[in-house]
Amino acid sequence: MSTATETIEGLVRQEYKYGFYTDVEVDAAPPGLNEDIIRLISRKKNEPDWLTEWRLKAYRHWLTLKEPTWLKVRHEPIDYQSIVYYSAPKKKSDGPRSLEEVDPKLIETYEKLGIPLKERERLAGVAVDAVFDSVSVATTFRETLAAKGIVFCSFSEAVREHPDLVRKYLGMVVPYTDNFFASLNSAVFTDGSFCYIPKGVRCPMELSTYFRINAANTGQFERTLIVAEEGAHVSYLEGCTAPMRDENQLHAAVVELIALDRAEIKYSTVQNWYPGDENGRGGIYNFVTKRGLCKGRNSKISWTQVETGSAITWKYPSCVLQGENSVGEFYSVAVTNNYQQADTGTKMVHIGKNTRSTIISKGIAAGHGQNSYRGLVQVRPGAMNARNFSQCDSLLIGNKCGAHTFPYIEVKNKTSSVEHEATTSKIGEDQIFYCNQRGIATQDAVNMIVNGFCKEVFKELPMEFAVEAQKLLGVSLEGSVG
Amino acid sequence: MNQPMLEIKNLHAGVEGKQILKGVDLTINAGEVHAVMGPNGSGKSTLAAVLAGREGYEVTEGQVLYCGKDLLEMDPEERAREGVFLAFQYPVEIPGVNTTYFLKAALNEIRKHKGESELDAMEFLSLVKEKMKILHLPEDCLKRSVNDGFSGGEKKRNEIFQMAVLEPKLAILDETDSGLDIDALKVVSEGVNKLKRLDNAQFVITHYQRLLNYIIPDYVHVLFDGRVVKSGGKELALELEERGYESLMSHELQPA
Repeated sequence: MSTATETIEGLVRQEYKYGFYTDVEVDAAPPGLNEDIIRLISRKKNEPDWLTEWRLKAYRHWLTLKEPTWLKVRHEPIDYQSIVYYSAPKKKSDGPRSLEEVDPKLIETYEKLGIPLKERERLAGVAVDAVFDSVSVATTFRETLAAKGIVFCSFSEAVREHPDLVRKYLGMVVPYTDNFFASLNSAVFTDGSFCYIPKGVRCPMELSTYFRINAANTGQFERTLIVAEEGAHVSYLEGCTAPMRDENQLHAAVVELIALDRAEIKYSTVQNWYPGDENGRGGIYNFVTKRGLCKGRNSKISWTQVETGSAITWKYPSCVLQGENSVGEFYSVAVTNNYQQADTGTKMVHIGKNTRSTIISKGIAAGHGQNSYRGLVQVRPGAMNARNFSQCDSLLIGNKCGAHTFPYIEVKNKTSSVEHEATTSKIGEDQIFYCNQRGIATQDAVNMIVNGFCKEVFKELPMEFAVEAQKLLGVSLEGSVG
Repeated sequence: MNQPMLEIKNLHAGVEGKQILKGVDLTINAGEVHAVMGPNGSGKSTLAAVLAGREGYEVTEGQVLYCGKDLLEMDPEERAREGVFLAFQYPVEIPGVNTTYFLKAALNEIRKHKGESELDAMEFLSLVKEKMKILHLPEDCLKRSVNDGFSGGEKKRNEIFQMAVLEPKLAILDETDSGLDIDALKVVSEGVNKLKRLDNAQFVITHYQRLLNYIIPDYVHVLFDGRVVKSGGKELALELEERGYESLMSHELQPA
């Protein structure tokens, strides 16, 4: 952290003694969490009373919880009182002034991913005055959506402009009591995305945070809510394929999806937060709760994720299949290299009749990476003829990494069928040599084999995303074979 | 033009500290077919591995010149791009990697190295279709993953098919006949023979003479205990078949 920030924090701390929370001029709250901080966040965002209350209830509940210890990852204890839970969006003058001031390693990665120069500046947080054309792009984009009645805006804006919708659906799928990190998020979330697709509307384009310019600094506690009314269709892309360096240690996001009758939501993520260095120093702790509710009949929710970043990933995008004939899907590629750790998977909860779910998980471990798949398939008593198919494959590169699979299956209905398949393989030296002997260099050979391993998942990604995900995987695994 | 394609001079090499090649000398010119025969453990496969640059093999002495360049200085992929091809004794399975995609990547690496333009998917496909006829390879082999679930015969045919597509200057065939029934052997040999040209050379490593009924060598070398102990024309192979390595070698190795 720069000295400038320390000074600000120092000043703020000083003010605190005199009751800083009455002072609306502060840019950042002091580190730590208490009810005053939460009220401050809520007031800063001009939130209605019900939301302030909701946050406080979440906070009080969170105080009764303990951080989960069942996951197969190791990390230093997180000091929740040392985190700054609110800070105003960074000013441009705080960022690097030109690309020369940016970490050359980061620039190198951008180059490999083929990201245009202007874009690199934006991603690296360079203070450019004319930030490419995203303003006009975003404007035309919004007009097209508004014409169809689609709401796509920041969460804060949604609270202001569509309070009834937010109030109706917030916490419906992930209640504030859900788990330690979800409760924390409910108490302190600062922003995120809101998306509402009205009845019968098919969203004419892929919705992406990429187009929403204010998405860049939404902070570490994001909250996303997507509602698809009867017969509505939407495909949502989350994240950015370029590595985002973020000094925040802890990320605890919540995503809620709600699909009514015949509605379909496809949610794709490429997560590439800072993974820490080669020695396992630094990196993001990513503790995310993502869940979709197939509330209506014949509804469908599909999660696709490519997880290459973060020092620790804790994430189980899940589907609650409540409506009859509803469908849940989970396609995942998770990569751990160097000292990264991932404990990720899904939950498919079959409640309605004839509900179906598919799980395809591909875990890749290289370096000292530890990669765990953890999944639950639960068939409730009323879920007549429910069906699930799960496939969990692991690929090991080198001999210092680990792959683990923890499948949980709970079946309470005899008419259902659940299938689970799992494989573990290793990229062998003989495979690499075979490729070399045909003229293909080692790194290209690894990419080829890894992409082959992941192709069932990549084909679920929207086209441009798939191409970038492939490149990203290449960058993430660079140097993983000696 | 008179420069030999491959010159192996006093090559000593081993694996894990064990000396296997103890001074191999061999020269191969363009347009020639050479066969190396020898009993198990004589160093045949080590020779192929060293020439292709497999990791774990250590050259302790000697030199290998390929078209006048120091072959041992090059990375395995560089050797391949320069035109050295090894048909593997045990072709490796690469699940998930489509055969067509793999081969196109390989060919384009070689073309790039030569300063030629890369082939696009259509151009590549028409080239491949033409080459497939040589090996009577079923078309679905191309759609499958590299060697994945192939039968022994299909794997060997796939090696020669790759050789047909990549058009190497020097093809090393490591025990290509092992595990093949007589029909497959004929198809594979026929393929190899069709690929013979004035500007390339073939280096056939085999344990049995029977392959040489189909691939007729210009020269036969006998490798024994890490050295070439005898060289001759194709009749040497027949002699070996008749008398066996033991009797030939005990005779040859008597001190002069």
